[in-house]
Amino acid sequence: MIHVLLITFIITLFYMAIANRMMTYIKVLALQGVILFFVVFLQLNKIDTLNLIFILLETIVFKSLAVPIFLGYLLKRNNITREAEPFLPNFVSLVITTFIVVITILISNTIKDDNLDKIFFVVALSTLFFGLYLIATRRKIITHVMGYMVIENGVFVLSLAIGNEMPMLVNLGIMLDIFASVLILGIFLNKIGDVFKDVDVDQLSNLKDY
Amino acid sequence: MIGVYLLGTLSIAIILFFSRKKILVYSLAGLFLLLQSVFTIYSCMQYGNTELIYFTYDSLGVILLITLSIIAIPAFIHSYLYIENHKEDPQARAIYLTSMVMLVMAISAGYLSNHIAVTWIFTEITTLSASALIYHHRNKLALEGTWKYVFICAISITFIFIGILFLSLSLQHAGSDDLSFSNLLAKRAELNPVWLRMAFLFIFTGFTAKLGLVPMFTAGIDAKDKAPAPAGALFATVLMNLGFVGIFRFYIIIANTPLLHWAQLVVGSAAFLSLFVSTVYMLKVKNIKRMFAYSGIEHMGIVMLGVAAGGIGYYAAVLHIILHAFVKSSLFFQFNQLYNVFLDKSIYHLGNYFKYNPTGAMVLLLGFISATAMPPSGLFVSEFLIFKSLFDAGQIILLIVVLLLLTMIIWAFGKNIFKVLFVPAVGFDDSNVPKINPWESVSQFILLALAVYLGLNPPAIFVQMLKDSVHLLPM
Repeated sequence: MIHVLLITFIITLFYMAIANRMMTYIKVLALQGVILFFVVFLQLNKIDTLNLIFILLETIVFKSLAVPIFLGYLLKRNNITREAEPFLPNFVSLVITTFIVVITILISNTIKDDNLDKIFFVVALSTLFFGLYLIATRRKIITHVMGYMVIENGVFVLSLAIGNEMPMLVNLGIMLDIFASVLILGIFLNKIGDVFKDVDVDQLSNLKDY
Repeated sequence: MIGVYLLGTLSIAIILFFSRKKILVYSLAGLFLLLQSVFTIYSCMQYGNTELIYFTYDSLGVILLITLSIIAIPAFIHSYLYIENHKEDPQARAIYLTSMVMLVMAISAGYLSNHIAVTWIFTEITTLSASALIYHHRNKLALEGTWKYVFICAISITFIFIGILFLSLSLQHAGSDDLSFSNLLAKRAELNPVWLRMAFLFIFTGFTAKLGLVPMFTAGIDAKDKAPAPAGALFATVLMNLGFVGIFRFYIIIANTPLLHWAQLVVGSAAFLSLFVSTVYMLKVKNIKRMFAYSGIEHMGIVMLGVAAGGIGYYAAVLHIILHAFVKSSLFFQFNQLYNVFLDKSIYHLGNYFKYNPTGAMVLLLGFISATAMPPSGLFVSEFLIFKSLFDAGQIILLIVVLLLLTMIIWAFGKNIFKVLFVPAVGFDDSNVPKINPWESVSQFILLALAVYLGLNPPAIFVQMLKDSVHLLPM
């Protein structure tokens, strides 16, 4: 069951690679939160209830409710156009995403380790690289933030992979998640919307050396 | 005591944040400096002990803590001058001072922590407080700098976390889950090398955002440029040292495993690339504050070359970051006086500084001599030792290329500084240049003199502490 969920997670990445509208990205992020909720529920059955509730709150309340609602609010408030405006055509994006997944599968095949569930590792690593790819190829600042959220999800999967032995690390990861997201989203995206009217990365190129 | 320090600082920061009265704000900042000094003296007396499980007063931590406390005092004095000069409104003043207090606290705790996750947490707090300082001016450029800094730091913090995850995987093979540096060192033989490699790559990349090394150095440059100069002085010195601590403590572990050679290769190539990049930018840069920042990248490149070369290089690297902290902070403190005279950062519009502010010009001249490691400067000693370690390691070709790059850096640095000092700026109207009080430069002279003294005639206890901080490394 966990494996089915994780494969669904990978499929959401492919969907994100070819999605056109900003709202689609937000919905996919929310869906990823829900998938992570079920993965946690099935995977971390050995840890105590308090920790479990904490993690579940983080995935459902934070990842799939608070962040998507806030991103949607930002879209409306700053009148961001609904196209994602990628630098590359969607087809190329799809090919590159496939490439990323294949490469991570090949990498994980070279590693022999009993402490690590390989499918978790593949999902985590490809989510990570896909997030970096998303940041590099989209024009809007808000898509950079979404790319960062995808990276966070990847890290979350990675921490789940070893979380049964070390719940402390999972909690640390959640702390990172909430802290960095609140810092990025809450303070600065709000401000950036006020100062820069049309939020494009092209406008963030005034700090230079000549 | 560290609990008292952390709680005390936190309460000072909270009261500072909400207070608007001038006298209250400055006395709270003074109180914090007192607390910081008392804590530093206490940590010297508790040398070698562990408190609250996660904090150890070891030699590297203590010696960098002393450096931080010495730099923090002039940083607050110059912040006072800066705030009064710019007539900041009470809210901006409160936020600025709160962030400074939190930054110094987080860096101190980060130095002393003996657990990689704790170092990571305090590094994260420095990002938060630093971003408030960069956004101080509340304008478009400051926002751009803040956004870039926050985003790059968030990604590198995530990278460090991934590194910690891999490290814990590596540690599971040793049947342990305690991620403190001493336990990692004790279990070094049983660590899984594959995961250890991955962990080192991610943690190294993550900390380069703070240390100012290729690949993540870019955000730091914008931060030092856009933040007020007293805060920039902290970013360019003690905050970089925190990145160094993060990498160095982990490097000690990996240096005691068979992966030493591989780690040397990684660190060495990142260091060489940083030197190269900083040379390229130094030749082009026209903003004097960014030039100081790039000079910092160059020095960190030299430091990490020393670490990669090993032998006497370890000792020289720790010495170099301490001396560099004194020199570079004094240059950054001087920047505000320079800016008050010319109201500009571009080297095109600066000139003939000796005429308007001879004391400040002396600081700039001496700072240039120190930062380029010319003989009376203490940095000459440490840089010489690093070159010696490179020579001992048999890296002659690398050494020659590095020396060539350094020559270019000295040329570019000197060309710009002498332009500022002696060549009149075109179209500069000097009818209403403000008179700068020479006493404002006293702290800068003291810092520069300290760098010379510690380099040329180090006290025995200082040498002993430096030796202690590198004694775990294979010589």
